[in-house]
Amino acid sequence: MSANTVAIDTRHIAGYRRMAVKRALALGGAFVVMLWLVILDLSIGPSGMPLSDVISAILAGPHDGDRAATTIIWYLRMPQSLMALVVGMCLGIAGLQMQTILDNPLASPFTLGFSAAAGFGAALSIMFGAALPLPEYLITPIAAFAMTIVACLIVYGMVHALGETPEILVLCGIGVLFLFQSLQSLLQYLASPEILQQIVFWLFGSLLKANWTSVAVTSLVTFACVPLILSDTWKLTVLRLGDANAASLGISVGRLRRRSFVLIALLTAAAVSFVGTIGFVGLVAPHVAKALVGEDHRFSIPLSAMVGAVILASASVFGKLISPGGVIPVGIITAVAGIPMLFLVIYARKRRSA
Amino acid sequence: MTQTLAIRDLGVRRAGTDILSGVSCALTTGQVVGVIGPNGAGKSTLLSAVAGQTGFSGTVSWGGSGSGARHKAGDIGYMPQSCKVSASLTVLETVLLGTHERLGWRVSQGDIARATGILGELSLSHLASRCMTTLSGGQQQLVLLAQRLVREPRLLVLDEATSALDMSHQISVLMLLKRYVVRHNALALMAIHDLNIAMQYADQLVLIHDGRLVQQDAPENVLSVENIRRCYGLDVDLVARAGGRPVIAPLAQAMA
Repeated sequence: MSANTVAIDTRHIAGYRRMAVKRALALGGAFVVMLWLVILDLSIGPSGMPLSDVISAILAGPHDGDRAATTIIWYLRMPQSLMALVVGMCLGIAGLQMQTILDNPLASPFTLGFSAAAGFGAALSIMFGAALPLPEYLITPIAAFAMTIVACLIVYGMVHALGETPEILVLCGIGVLFLFQSLQSLLQYLASPEILQQIVFWLFGSLLKANWTSVAVTSLVTFACVPLILSDTWKLTVLRLGDANAASLGISVGRLRRRSFVLIALLTAAAVSFVGTIGFVGLVAPHVAKALVGEDHRFSIPLSAMVGAVILASASVFGKLISPGGVIPVGIITAVAGIPMLFLVIYARKRRSA
Repeated sequence: MTQTLAIRDLGVRRAGTDILSGVSCALTTGQVVGVIGPNGAGKSTLLSAVAGQTGFSGTVSWGGSGSGARHKAGDIGYMPQSCKVSASLTVLETVLLGTHERLGWRVSQGDIARATGILGELSLSHLASRCMTTLSGGQQQLVLLAQRLVREPRLLVLDEATSALDMSHQISVLMLLKRYVVRHNALALMAIHDLNIAMQYADQLVLIHDGRLVQQDAPENVLSVENIRRCYGLDVDLVARAGGRPVIAPLAQAMA
């Protein structure tokens, strides 16, 4: 009997370890693809440049004299490529968190009105920002970020008063979404045609707005939030078993949900403030990650981040290929490219469970 | 050393209605106690109050410490009603989550061995690498029970641990729990719907009706013809059995 039990144990331990190795390989694979896409993204641009020049320019560093390649790579293309990476990661993580805390596969970082709030903030600054003694390239991101945090605080306050169930969170979030959407429409209605064009252009998320400041700020916010999210890894996995179950296993479900919600708001604000709203990444990346490595958040959080980066980087590459000037905002491409990807994931899932 | 779960004058009020009132009883470790009563009697509320998941008046003390405050985790293994799992987690992963406080970035050999051991005891080893969403309701219920047992709690509070199981699985779970409470000097308090199962396999029964405790005693005393008629509105015959407790046979259609 005991010999039998031991035999069963080692078999399952080996099986569990094998599964962990497979998942680690998936993470490694995603990392390689991500890196490859960033280099590809760097090598494509209006001026064209062979890969060897790209690599030598990267290796030479940003202060390598005044070669054209250095300027193009380090000051024009790299901020955009890195921004694609960081924003993709932010949206991937925020989307996964949102789907977990709302227990809803349709949720994305924009479900609870954060993007609408950011859009309103940006529109507000574009219309009235000239009155403030700050350069426009700073004031718009600050306004978008601040308005996202305002939306977060409104939802947080409502949820705190009414209860932390997914239903209440969704209802409050949808309310805030519509509030900011109509405020934004109001501004658009009142704006002059020139201003309106600027607002609309901001709303199409575009990596052209990236620069080293935006990369630094967004990365900073991400690196501040990620450790906090990772410290909840196991709790978030338990939350996937359902509220009642998680509570019975000693988790303060309400507190976990509120804490995650604030972190999602910060990540989303960081992602959209500089480049505008980029849809679909936050919805699709978590689904791809979950289909590949399951819902153990030790694996799905990093993979969701990397898949988000992969989607955004490939959208950037794709955009430059179809329009070498790079004028098509990446936000438009991700939405169009994201739909087939979503169908593919749903189809693969259905086939596996059938 | 035996430990006692002492419930004194427990009451739960929700939206102006008394769900439970004046429930008092004392239960000692080493036994499986069935909580019975018709639908809506307050069984689930009682169990969730004992587990510290619902606010209540009165006192619940467990081995000297009050469970009125939220001291839920640790010593109590509470299994709530109807928890269907829709996550793509394997059975083994789900059981491991039972001890989530202990898990680190790398799951230790000991933790996996403990989880697989419990799966073995519940004859679920063959499902270890299956995804939870592919299991039947009964299988999921067994896995969630395993998730509670892997914490090795001294007080098990099970609301619907057997409701989705076939008869032979119900019996094997009850036998397993009987072994568990003796080995760990624990107390299992569980809702049981099947009165015959409750009669045959529980060490003691607590009968709840309309939010009040009707009787707490050995099964053959609690499940009397009068009690069943009064609480369930059902006329039954108790068929005596040689060397065992009687079998409950319903006579006619009740609640016409």
